[in-house]
Amino acid sequence: MVGMDATGDGILLESDGVSLSFGGVIALENVGFDVRRGEIRAIIGPNGAGKSSMLNVINGFYHPQSGTITYKGAARTQMRPHEAAVQGIARTFQNIALFRGMSTLDNIMTGRVHKIRSNFLLDALYLGRSRSEEMRNREFVEHVIDFLEIQSIRKVAVGRLPYGLQKRVELGRALAAEPDLLLLDEPMAGMNVEEKEDMCRFILDVNEEFGTTIALIEHDMGVVMDISDRVVVLDYGRKIADGTPDEVRRDQRVIDAYLGVVHG
Amino acid sequence: MSDLSNLDTFPKLLVDRAQRFADKPAMREKAFGIWQTWTWSDVEREVRAFACGLAARGFRRGDKLAIIGDNRPRLYWAMAAAQSLGGIPVPCYQDAVAEEMFYVLDHAEARFVVAEDQEQVDKVLEIRDRLPTLEEMIFDDSRGLRRYERGHLHDFAEIQNQGREFEQAHPEFFAGEVARGAGEDVAIILYTSGTTGRPKGVVLSHTNVLVAAANGIKRDALKSDDETLAYLPMAWVGDHIFSYGQSYIAGFCVSCPESSATVLADLREIGPTYFFAPPRIYENLLTTVMIRMEDAGTLKRRMFHYFMEVARRSGTRILEGKPVTLTERLRYALGRMLVYAPLKNALGFSRIRLAYTAGEAIGPDIFDFYRSLGVNVKQLYGQTEAAVFITMQPDGEVKSDTVGTPAPDVELKIADSGEVLYRSPGVFQCYYKNPEATRETKTEDGWVHTGDAGYIDEDGHLKIIDRAKDVGKLDDGSLFAPKYLENKLKFFPQIKEAVAFGDGRDAVVALINIDLDAVSSWAERNNVVFSSYQELAARDEVYDLVQHCVEQVNRDLAADPQLAASQIRRFLILHKELDADDGELTRTRKVRRRTVAEKYAALVDALYADQDHVHIETAVSFEDGRTGIVRADVQIRSVAPAAALAEAS
Repeated sequence: MVGMDATGDGILLESDGVSLSFGGVIALENVGFDVRRGEIRAIIGPNGAGKSSMLNVINGFYHPQSGTITYKGAARTQMRPHEAAVQGIARTFQNIALFRGMSTLDNIMTGRVHKIRSNFLLDALYLGRSRSEEMRNREFVEHVIDFLEIQSIRKVAVGRLPYGLQKRVELGRALAAEPDLLLLDEPMAGMNVEEKEDMCRFILDVNEEFGTTIALIEHDMGVVMDISDRVVVLDYGRKIADGTPDEVRRDQRVIDAYLGVVHG
Repeated sequence: MSDLSNLDTFPKLLVDRAQRFADKPAMREKAFGIWQTWTWSDVEREVRAFACGLAARGFRRGDKLAIIGDNRPRLYWAMAAAQSLGGIPVPCYQDAVAEEMFYVLDHAEARFVVAEDQEQVDKVLEIRDRLPTLEEMIFDDSRGLRRYERGHLHDFAEIQNQGREFEQAHPEFFAGEVARGAGEDVAIILYTSGTTGRPKGVVLSHTNVLVAAANGIKRDALKSDDETLAYLPMAWVGDHIFSYGQSYIAGFCVSCPESSATVLADLREIGPTYFFAPPRIYENLLTTVMIRMEDAGTLKRRMFHYFMEVARRSGTRILEGKPVTLTERLRYALGRMLVYAPLKNALGFSRIRLAYTAGEAIGPDIFDFYRSLGVNVKQLYGQTEAAVFITMQPDGEVKSDTVGTPAPDVELKIADSGEVLYRSPGVFQCYYKNPEATRETKTEDGWVHTGDAGYIDEDGHLKIIDRAKDVGKLDDGSLFAPKYLENKLKFFPQIKEAVAFGDGRDAVVALINIDLDAVSSWAERNNVVFSSYQELAARDEVYDLVQHCVEQVNRDLAADPQLAASQIRRFLILHKELDADDGELTRTRKVRRRTVAEKYAALVDALYADQDHVHIETAVSFEDGRTGIVRADVQIRSVAPAAALAEAS
């Protein structure tokens, strides 16, 4: 279904020496790590560590002052978010960004927007390619709805849904784009334990069923350690550790960053 | 209906249906937002492929196939496939936890399991090591199972593929196996959910299910173009009879909802003609309507209330074809256009011809609400041990407080103890591997003890009053059925709980809990000021309100010669709510009669003494776990019995 061009252990995305600052504030400093095809890669760190900035750099929303991002073998320094989308990068947001007045179904349909090839005239008349495309897209979206078990809210306006379900709809919209790389910005933030468990289940299932590579940001360490293949830890904009959850968990610098040490 | 004499098993019936109704829809399921349909010949093909696949995997005659999941076409097909091979399907409650499931799978010695999805597969895997008889697991939905070790775990479609290959090599196999089946073979084992002790496996033969289901069809003239929705647990005998047995016999189409969360929307889309639900579903539907009506504009609301009043007056009479004045008929016809039809459409009852409720007593208000709209809701009394049907209400003879007359071929009798016994072709073979329980329940000559107390009224209708073990006698020997009285009281929205006493006493008295929500909103409207539950419960106005309810109950009781003696003579309103934290209710909110009797012995004594006030101190547990003492002066009211009232006037 989704592009499963799994070329073994290949690198899908690599960040090399990425630095980003806003005026005098250094958000990222010489950050380098890679994301392998088919893995669940977590970027963690305390608040203000630069996690969201990193995601925004990958996504093309921020442009780093130095360093390169190599995606699918092609290096780039500048890329716009919609180009990222066309190349198969989809994301969700920390503060849900859905069309609140639109139904779940329509919101997820918007995720298909860059798959539509027909022109304005055909769309207006709902003829020919336009019609068959709409049907194909709807069919795909129905698979996403089934996958996320949100059939009962298909026609409910998103603004009326509880927070946990809105998060799920947002994931649905990202999945509808059939991404090769899925970026999740704090998918578990603000959820109760049950909602978190559900979300973990869905993330694992997306990875397994669709073979989608996932890069996610979380500050809740416990959850991340359970579902990620590899974890990179940022602190004050720098990478302080990178490895499997077990390696990272034992790393003294990580423990210090999370528990705090006396500076001086 | 067709002749069933040669078709004495479900697989034989299916093969026949696949020819007779080849292109008629047999099943539907909403998948990916679209209703998918399988005709009878499709179903036969699917069942055959799966049965052959099971055989290829070593499924033998007499083997048990456990089925775990929501209502899914494939799970129903698995049932028929197992029966085709002379095996026995054992459906399990899908919401059971692993440990409960262990008991059933272990006790039934299941060799094969068909599970709906990962959730169910995980449960079985958790207990698998302790199930020596379990060999193969088959799942319907592969989602999330990709990385599971496959050895004995198979995809449903993969088994069907194996089955098709197997059939190429053995083309006569399926027909041969089906032909070997006989009516007296075990068709299914249904485990009762068991409110007391371990679940028991009720063994039903093909004949049991076939004859009972066919009698139900005969009574209500169900046809092949009826439609129903399968949404109640497959392990429950009702679903087995309505969604499987009767569908196979009458040839009607069964639709499976998209998911358990979409049932109400799916109900509306399908618009069944034949529907079954326990009382709480009717109650929930009604509540949803009422809440939405309160939010509607003034005009709509007025129209709704006006026409509902018309329906209350004449709707049921029109439904039953009784005489109604012409103007009233016109009003009802207008109401149908403006209110009833749109309302029924919103409920999914536009096409309903026949609806049943069973399982527990339904509130007369709820019951009358649907009937007055023209929805033919009827009550039915059944048990797993009877393959459902014991009594059912015939059209035109529907009363809210009886469960109808015996179903075809059912004999009823009432034991001296008041317990209801029945005998019918649907009577179960035995409890699986439990001869002792079988002997306790079923007599040598085939009579089954229901455990319910009841009697047959002057019109020949059975009236269930209570569990037999709770029924007592007043000291003059007349019948005392506490739960019957309590239910009658609880049908009033103002009364939340009631506990009646009277066994071995000279009169019936009751402790009553008011419903805080209902009574406080009544209090607001009537300018009754209060600051706490205790204060509200003690108000004279509230006592008047409750007395009104009690008098109404007494009037109903007086009309019933069997129960006239158990009218409520004295009552009091408890100063605190009965609470599970205080051990007064079970966690499922059923009253613990004995605990309440012990704890409030002083109140009960006062009710039987000559006092009109009693002082009480009660220990209570607060939600944070602390305990405290509540002191109260509780008022006692005497109520004049209804018959005496009638005489006096």
